[in-house]
Amino acid sequence: MTLSRIEAFNLRKEFGSIVAVENISFTVETGEVLGFLGPNGAGKTTTMRMLTGYLRPTRGDVSICGINMLANPVKAKACIGYLPEGAPLYPEMTPATLLRFTGQARGLGGKELENRMDETADLVNLREVWNQSIETLSKGYKRRLGLAQAILHNPEVLILDEPTDGLDPNQKQEVRLLVRQMAQSKAIIISTHILEEVHAVCTRAVILASGRIVADGTPVELESMASDHNAVTILLPTTGASQFAEKLEKIPTVSAVKITPEGEDRCIVQAFPSRGSLILTQVTDLIREQNLNVLELRQEPGRLDEVFRNLTIPTTDPAYGGQA
Amino acid sequence: MNIAAIYRREMRSYFSTPLAYVFIVIFLMLAGIFTFYLGGFFARAQADLEPFFTWHPWLYLFLAPALGMRLWAEERKTGTFELLMTLPVSMGDAVLGKFLAAWSMMAISLALTFPIWITVNVLGAPDNGVIVAGYLGSLLMSGAYLAVSACVSSATRNQVIAFVVSVVLCFIFLLLGFPLILDLFKPLLPGAVISFMSTMGFLQHFDSIVRGVVDIRDVLYFITFIGLWLYAGAWAVDHHRS
Repeated sequence: MTLSRIEAFNLRKEFGSIVAVENISFTVETGEVLGFLGPNGAGKTTTMRMLTGYLRPTRGDVSICGINMLANPVKAKACIGYLPEGAPLYPEMTPATLLRFTGQARGLGGKELENRMDETADLVNLREVWNQSIETLSKGYKRRLGLAQAILHNPEVLILDEPTDGLDPNQKQEVRLLVRQMAQSKAIIISTHILEEVHAVCTRAVILASGRIVADGTPVELESMASDHNAVTILLPTTGASQFAEKLEKIPTVSAVKITPEGEDRCIVQAFPSRGSLILTQVTDLIREQNLNVLELRQEPGRLDEVFRNLTIPTTDPAYGGQA
Repeated sequence: MNIAAIYRREMRSYFSTPLAYVFIVIFLMLAGIFTFYLGGFFARAQADLEPFFTWHPWLYLFLAPALGMRLWAEERKTGTFELLMTLPVSMGDAVLGKFLAAWSMMAISLALTFPIWITVNVLGAPDNGVIVAGYLGSLLMSGAYLAVSACVSSATRNQVIAFVVSVVLCFIFLLLGFPLILDLFKPLLPGAVISFMSTMGFLQHFDSIVRGVVDIRDVLYFITFIGLWLYAGAWAVDHHRS
């Protein structure tokens, strides 16, 4: 059995009387990109801080590349590249001196360090500001420099706390591309608020709420938990729509049908399948049979944001009004 | 290796900001004022540096906390503390690297007072052995002040608090052997502790070194004192992580 690159076992963290993280366990292997999702305060950053050895867990264990973080922190930290929340950097340094410092602190030196600095500078596009003081850099450059110090030593494990926060859409795309490129040879964890990012980069996602894991699966698995997963949506002229809807309801595998008006003379008919069944063929057969003039037809993959909301909003809280 | 990386980063940060230059200039100005006005360097008409060294305990009382207050408080304020603590650097290396950099600033400032050494040698024939001892004692004592300040700095993210608390603590240690401080503790502590405390002040140990008597016990006193406060500082840094 090969050891996982990242192993979290029953992590718990208390701050005074507040339990920030409770009973979190998971593993990440090389080639995986695990997404950490969850509302603010769900425990994403706290968990990452325990994984990287910044915070000591109240209970539980962390091992990185088979090395126990609590017993052997210096060795375990050497395997990690970490971008902390908000990408804190020494303001009076320059990208060049900062990378040289973190490289030296990680035991790199001489030609090897210079080569790694060159490669990293090109990889995250830092050349233009190479010798400019960090306090004068834009948010985007700071974030990229934070990423640069995390990947400088080509670590086996990469932990990135909101790596695309504060970047413009083009830069976000670049960072996602970079993470995907590095994924083959590393075990990566990224936290994000942006659900589309999960599809773009993650092979697996964990949803955290109130310090606990409430869901763990591939993006597709998570989407299948949505109420509109595999639902069929049809856009058609209003005339004949209600008749069509009645017929749809008679299909045994259809559990519900919803009609919503769209503009003046069109409406959207949505058919929801009963659990685990596919209804697309039945619906298209019916359309053909009725000879309907359909303007648009699609099968819903399931919306991640709905799954996210259902899992992370306490249903008992009336402030949120329950279901989406 | 790691100590060197931390040390170089600290030194670079001193000299890439005005901090190093301002500190050195203020140090030299104050040292000069103390020596010539308060110490009456010329009026004494003696070829020694006693009026120069006598005022160092008071010079360091404010300058060492000023240098030490930022060591950890600033890192915690800007969040770079997290960056530093997740590098594969042991706590001991981080604490020692930072301390040695701050102490080097003191050493550089002290070294730049060399013109006064030249001056006494031009004006008379001083005992240069005593002067070397004076510099050694002064450097050791500045390290003791810095070790206290570094430890206090690790306990707060507010540099003003770090400065004020450091000054008070340093003041207590400076005059520990004197009634001013001892009387404060007399009602609280048993006599044995008080008599032990009375031997633990900076001033007694510094004075004997400056007089040219380099007793190994005085040197050991300062080195042990620095070691203990650095150890306490490392504990405080580690403790404040979580």
